[in-house]
Amino acid sequence: MSELDINDKVKEMLEKSAENAGSKNSEKTFVHPEDEEREVIAPDGSIIKVNPIYDYFSGKKPTEEKPSNGVVEKFLNWARSESIWVLGFGTGCGSIEIPPLMTPRFDAFRFGIQMRPTPRQSNAFIISGYLSVKTLKRVIRSYEQMPSPKYVLALGSCTINGGMYYDSYSTINRLDKYLPVDVYIAGCMPRPEALLAGFMKLKELIKEGKGEKANEYARNFDEYKANQKKIIKDWNMPDYNW
Amino acid sequence: MKEILDRITPKYDLQDVSIKDDLQAYVVVEKKLAIDMVTYMRDYEGFSHFVLMSCVDWIEDNKLQLLYLLNNPEKKCVIGIKVFIDRENPSMQSAHHLWKQIWTYQRELREAFGIDFPGSPRIEENFVLEGWTDKPHMLRDFDTNKYAEETYFPRTGRSTNDPATYMRQKLYPNQPVTAKKNKDDE
Repeated sequence: MSELDINDKVKEMLEKSAENAGSKNSEKTFVHPEDEEREVIAPDGSIIKVNPIYDYFSGKKPTEEKPSNGVVEKFLNWARSESIWVLGFGTGCGSIEIPPLMTPRFDAFRFGIQMRPTPRQSNAFIISGYLSVKTLKRVIRSYEQMPSPKYVLALGSCTINGGMYYDSYSTINRLDKYLPVDVYIAGCMPRPEALLAGFMKLKELIKEGKGEKANEYARNFDEYKANQKKIIKDWNMPDYNW
Repeated sequence: MKEILDRITPKYDLQDVSIKDDLQAYVVVEKKLAIDMVTYMRDYEGFSHFVLMSCVDWIEDNKLQLLYLLNNPEKKCVIGIKVFIDRENPSMQSAHHLWKQIWTYQRELREAFGIDFPGSPRIEENFVLEGWTDKPHMLRDFDTNKYAEETYFPRTGRSTNDPATYMRQKLYPNQPVTAKKNKDDE
C-alpha cells in the first residue's frame, strides 16, 4: 500500500469519526470513558483519531450465507452437529445447571459438547433463565461476535414467557423477540438431563438443515434491532458488533 | 439504651421514640436535625458502626421515610434514626462525609426512590439499572406489571395456577368463592 493510499484511508476514517460524532451529539448517549473519541499514535508516528465504538467494530449489517449444495451441506451439517461448542456465559439462575453437565455423571463431552471461554470460539449460546435488560445488552454483543452458523438454546421458562418474573420491570418476557432461538428447554429449572435432551434436539435440527437461525437474524436484522433498541435505552455500542 | 435516649430526647426534641427492647430503639427526628443527630451519635455516644440506610414510601401520607441504622459495638445496641421527607421532589442533606459506604447507599436511594442528595460523590452514576428513563422503580405508584406489559412482549395465553384457588376448587367445588379473588384468576 502506498503512502497516498494510507493518507486517503486515514482521511476517510477521520471523516467517518466526525460523522459519527455529529450523530452522537444529537441525542443523549451514555458513552463510557474508554469508548470516548480520542487521538492515538500509529506505528508510523502519525496521529490518528479513533472512535472506539465505530472504528474497532464492523458496523456492516450481517448478510445471509447460502447453504452449500447437496451432499456437501449434509456433510457440513453432520460435522457441525457433532461439535457444539458452548459459550460459557452464565446469564441467569440456570447457569448453575451447566457445571454438572460436564461432570462424569452426565458427561456432555461424549456428545461433542464443550464449553468455550470466548464467543469467538463457540457456536452455541445457552441463555439460562431470566434475562435482565442489562444482561441482554451483553448477550447481544456476545451473540453477534460468534461466528456463523450459531445456535441459541433458551433454558427455562423465563425465556419463553417471563416465568415468575413476567411482571418485573427489569427482565424481558420473550427472548425470541430479541434473538432467534433454536431450541427451548422448558422447566424451572430444567435438570441437566433436560439440557442434554435439548442438545440432542439441536443436533437433529442441524442435521435436518434447520439450524439456520443466524441467517434468519441477518434477514430480519432491522426488526430484531428495533426491538432491542426499544428496551436498551443506553445504546453505547455499534449496531452490529462483529 | 434508656440512658442514651434520656440524654438525646431533650437535645433533639424527639417526639416519637419507640423502644423495642434493651438493645434496640427507633426515634423520629426532624429533617433539619437528622444529620446533626447522626454525627452526634457517632462522635459522642459511640455508635461508630453504620449498619444501613434505607427508605420507606408512605404514599398515603405523601411522605418518604429515611432510616439511618447505627450500631454501638461496645454496648451492643442499635438505634434507628427515622426522618420524614416530602414525596414531591425529595431531597435530603448528604451524609457522605460521615461514612464512605453512605456514598453507595445514597446512589442506590437516588436511583430507586429519586431522592436527591446534593454534594454526594458519584451520585449521578447508574447504580443497578442502565439508562433508566422512567420514574423511580421502588416508588409504590410505579406499576411494574403495567410497565412490563407495555415495554416487553407478554406472551398471550399465559395462565397461572394459584395453589390456594386450585385446592379450594378441588376440595370444596360447591362452595361459593368468598375469599378475595386472586389477580391472575380474572
